[in-house]
Amino acid sequence: MFSSFLAQAAPVTQSNAALIMFLAFVAGTLVITYFSARQNTGSSAYFAAGRRITGWQNGLAVAGDYMSAASFLGIAGMIALDGYDGFMYSVGFLVAYLTVLFIVAEPLRNSGKYTMADVLAYRLKPRPVRAMASLSTLTVSIFYMIAQMVGAGALVQLLIPVITYEQAVIGVGVLMVVYVVFGGMLATTWVQIIKAVLLMSGSIFLSVLVMAKFNFSFGAFFESLTAITSTKDGVEVTRNFLTPGLIFKNPLDQISLGMALVFGTAGLPHILIRFYTVPDAKTARSSVVWAMLIIGLFYIMTTFFGFGAASLMGPDYIRAHGGTNMAAPELARFLGGEVFFAFISAVAFATILAVVAGLTISASTSFAHDFYSNVLHHGKEHRPGQEVRVARITAFVVGAASIVIAIILGPKINVAFLVGLAFAVAASANLPVIIFSIFWKRFNTVGAVSGLSVGLISSIVLIIVGPEIMKTDPIFPLKNPALVSIPLGFLAAFIGTLCSREPNAEAMFTEMEVRSNTGLGAEKATAH
Amino acid sequence: MPPSDPNTPDYTPESASPTDIAPLGRGPEKPAHEMTAEEDRDAADWNAIAADSDFKKLLASKARFIIPATVFFIIYYFTLPVLVGWFPDLMATEVWGRVNLAYAFALSQFFMAWILAFLYVGAAAGWDKQAAAVLAKFSRK
Repeated sequence: MFSSFLAQAAPVTQSNAALIMFLAFVAGTLVITYFSARQNTGSSAYFAAGRRITGWQNGLAVAGDYMSAASFLGIAGMIALDGYDGFMYSVGFLVAYLTVLFIVAEPLRNSGKYTMADVLAYRLKPRPVRAMASLSTLTVSIFYMIAQMVGAGALVQLLIPVITYEQAVIGVGVLMVVYVVFGGMLATTWVQIIKAVLLMSGSIFLSVLVMAKFNFSFGAFFESLTAITSTKDGVEVTRNFLTPGLIFKNPLDQISLGMALVFGTAGLPHILIRFYTVPDAKTARSSVVWAMLIIGLFYIMTTFFGFGAASLMGPDYIRAHGGTNMAAPELARFLGGEVFFAFISAVAFATILAVVAGLTISASTSFAHDFYSNVLHHGKEHRPGQEVRVARITAFVVGAASIVIAIILGPKINVAFLVGLAFAVAASANLPVIIFSIFWKRFNTVGAVSGLSVGLISSIVLIIVGPEIMKTDPIFPLKNPALVSIPLGFLAAFIGTLCSREPNAEAMFTEMEVRSNTGLGAEKATAH
Repeated sequence: MPPSDPNTPDYTPESASPTDIAPLGRGPEKPAHEMTAEEDRDAADWNAIAADSDFKKLLASKARFIIPATVFFIIYYFTLPVLVGWFPDLMATEVWGRVNLAYAFALSQFFMAWILAFLYVGAAAGWDKQAAAVLAKFSRK
């Protein structure tokens, strides 16, 4: 009698603890949104936080934007179920920042204003280039966002069973629209910073608890990973989780994924626009380095909580308790009880909210600034504040669209995989044209438009005819299209360029080269 | 009209700046604070800066670091999936306790990325100085 009462009461306390922590985060971020909204006067404030974010702040915000549900829930789940191959994601996610640091961050800050397309439109014909760049930005953002929404829905379903997947997805969608519509870039940045701090502390705590189980002996920890037993198709198998190839049977799959990650980050619109929130290129550089430190530490820790979940709970237990995306929160429950489970779940939820807000602002900025102002209205604002108003409306539309798609896809799909696809599109469509427009004098509008469209279309088509969607007898054998679609993007941009000449674009190259290397004439921070 | 009329703005420049009489074509330059955005676009003589030997040195110095560093990290990174994919036996070699080469090499990627990032920051501090020197030569007095 009494024990059955306890069993009934337990889930209620558990969801209360989680709910309180989650509500505290939401309340805190809404306060920030309120104060940001009062400071939001003008486009530069709304789209670029007045360009007054400091290096370490932006570093944390970049890390916050980047360490998504895919990282925390998806990678932990992959490592927990199949070991080493999941860790390959972790490696690629960090190394990718070298591309950002060496090639993209500083020239972008020096020659753009609000979006990735600013850099392309600088010396090319603005309307066709911006229209295509805006389309690819929206595509990447929505792909990425769906992954986050799916993660959020699955998480809440597990955390608070009375809330359905659909309700959770709608809740996340509404909150992110509030952040973006009212708070703009400043609120979004602070949401990222708080989330990054929470996520890092949660991960460190979780890692310490895992190692405590092994008396802080790394030898014993790795020893335990070499024989992990799980059930596959009713047969018990024991596998060494440090062995590669348990997920990726085809080595080309690994290489294709690696290419998507390493070249995709430098084309992710929500990461790129962060470099406009700092005062100058030097700060953009230091923020990348801060981000690399934080992101690197985080991904090294996926070793502890991913492999730790495999070793302490075992893949069968994880499959039975929420599945692939729930390994990290379940590990927290296993090690620290209900309150720690609630904390880690709230952190994961905060992670998702923050990333979704970052994606929404990048999509709506691109639509308002690139498509509405520059393509439809030739770069002129007819009434003051119009661009910001359009961005706010877009945020609503983008939010609604991704809610609907996430509900249609349902909670079962692995979110790290979905994000891998967003990276592939970013790498194939955006990176070739960014690199060519910064470094190749001869590059022109035809090249940019053909590179963007071929990169975008080829990556999406290859995903559709690939094994994850066609299941049996796929036309294209690789899970991630990057190995083929990135070279296609570069090739199309190259051939398109050779098909025409644009003397004006070539003449402007000198100006762009001087600007991007010296910072002369770059957008300044606004005064208080 | 008496000059003391308060409704007439005083066009006299405040201190040693050129008069406001609009030049025809690209005449003597206006003071920076009187420029419209359109005029400010050509604020610098881009071609002169681009042709400057110090600017070319800056570009060369950047290329000397960035090209080899990029080639290095791309090769270092893709060596991992290549070895893991096609030489699984080699990568299964245990190098520290039960830790195999595959994991150790993956972990080394993190340190490779951090070290390259710090080397880049060091080199970039020099480029900032070079860029500032170039701009000082061309800045409007």
